[in-house]
Amino acid sequence: MAKVIGLTGNEAIAYAVKQCDVDVIAAYPITPQTIMVELLSEYVYNGEINAEFVCVESEHSALSACVGASLTGARVFTATASQGLALMHEMLYVASGLRCPIVMGVANRALSAPLNIHGDHSDMMGSRDCGWMQVYAENAQEAYDWIIQSFKIAEDCRVLLPISVNIDGFILSHSMERVEVLEDEDVSRFLPPRKPVITIDPAKPITVGALCLPDYYFEMKRQQVHALNESYNVIREVNRDFESFTGRKYDLLETYEMSDADVAIISLGSTAGTAKAVARDLRSEGKKVGVIKPWVYRPFPEEDLIKAVGDAEALAVLDRACSFGAPFNALCSDVVAALYRYGKSSVKVFNCVYGLGGRDITPTDIRAIFNEALEVAKTGIVKEQLEFIGVRE
Amino acid sequence: MLVEVRWHGRGGQGIVTVSRMLAQAALLDGKYVQAFPEFGPERRGAPVTGYTRISDEPIVIHSQIYDPHIVVVVDPTLIGSVNVTRGLVPKGLIVAHFDNSPGDLRKRLGSYDAKVYTVNAMRIALDILGRPIYNTAMLGALLRVAPLAKLDSLIKVIEERFPGPVGEKNIAVIKRAYEEVQGDE
Repeated sequence: MAKVIGLTGNEAIAYAVKQCDVDVIAAYPITPQTIMVELLSEYVYNGEINAEFVCVESEHSALSACVGASLTGARVFTATASQGLALMHEMLYVASGLRCPIVMGVANRALSAPLNIHGDHSDMMGSRDCGWMQVYAENAQEAYDWIIQSFKIAEDCRVLLPISVNIDGFILSHSMERVEVLEDEDVSRFLPPRKPVITIDPAKPITVGALCLPDYYFEMKRQQVHALNESYNVIREVNRDFESFTGRKYDLLETYEMSDADVAIISLGSTAGTAKAVARDLRSEGKKVGVIKPWVYRPFPEEDLIKAVGDAEALAVLDRACSFGAPFNALCSDVVAALYRYGKSSVKVFNCVYGLGGRDITPTDIRAIFNEALEVAKTGIVKEQLEFIGVRE
Repeated sequence: MLVEVRWHGRGGQGIVTVSRMLAQAALLDGKYVQAFPEFGPERRGAPVTGYTRISDEPIVIHSQIYDPHIVVVVDPTLIGSVNVTRGLVPKGLIVAHFDNSPGDLRKRLGSYDAKVYTVNAMRIALDILGRPIYNTAMLGALLRVAPLAKLDSLIKVIEERFPGPVGEKNIAVIKRAYEEVQGDE
């Protein structure tokens, strides 16, 4: 039997990790993720989880400890944000390159300078190409659900890659919402202990992470690409399995009112929720608008995205991070590339950068974006391909 | 229907706590909720706000609250220095910790199309708790004038959060504020 409790995004992630029978947690507190780490250290101290909590002096060390622990076959969790993720950058590639199925909670936050503690996606987008799977949650329930699914996805021997579960800093990390949590036994049934393929063991020494020169390095990277490709189906399998346990349906992406939509907003995370609320209002005014929310950003769900776009004529792609100097920002670049690859480059696209450093995006902002998309669909003309929402110019 | 509540107080007065307790109580009644603080660093004594959303339907919106239906003023010294009625919807509710009548408060706030309720939360807190901690009194006053959650549900939340005498005294505070809150109609 599930029970309903009020949890913030940070609390929901810590609660899920507690139920996932982790062996090792190594993490360093940083706003707005701090509560996640505080709660987990408390659970370990109280004996509520039988795990080793490694107190480290930095995020670089946190992920280093996680890599070592994961290679022994342990189930491993870490969490970070912003500068902490940036400091981990080197080890992110080591974790994916050594095929460590580490699960990481990220309370997304802007990067310095100037110093800012509020929510945007600069941190994770800055590590976009690090070979990790990346999931973005819309609310605390999704954060809870994806953490539990993430261990199962990452540890599957067809995948063996690390995964980050992202929640918008403050907007989700510090907001309490209704969360339906599973019983501990149900989580144990859904997620049995990890079955590692190869482990490091002093009794039977092996070498991992050794020097790999031009004769083999490329093949190792090719295998990572293969593993990410394999993960599409594993994610879908785990989603179906999770649905049969909980009734809650997940997929690579979520669509809202897309079956006959003329235009859509594509957005990650909590903003997709606000977009749904506005779309519902606009639908009641007879405007055919919809929302596409990639739950999984890496690997990018391009096939599903193309299906979701259907016959829509204009797309507004929202990015909460700046890819300085790029033709489009991260999410929009992927959307445009997917449309091109599937021969749908006639769909009109414009890119809206919003919410940097935690600037709020309001229903009024989103309504204006939808209306602009409707105008683009009607006229076939994109006036501005790149816009900055709610900024003083 | 979605109801949005804004809480006004000062850092250290338990504004986040009451914004969450209201949500917790509504959750027990089967509602959907959100409770969030003013995002950013916290400073003791500085004016702060907290927010609660309550709805019968799942809440998907994640923007901040600009046009609350209800404003609760926990710290009376904010009246006049902070624009507590900012964005309040027409015919909204103001529930304030204030030691004079609702009519006096209405004069202080200027003309505003809202129902005004007051309660002397400090006196209740000092009488029962012996300490000037009056955030929970405002929960009692609020539930009397806006049935956002059942009083019994709030009592359950308090019992769970503060087991023992602290919880019992806070429940007494809530019940008395529930009885004593006054409207200007």
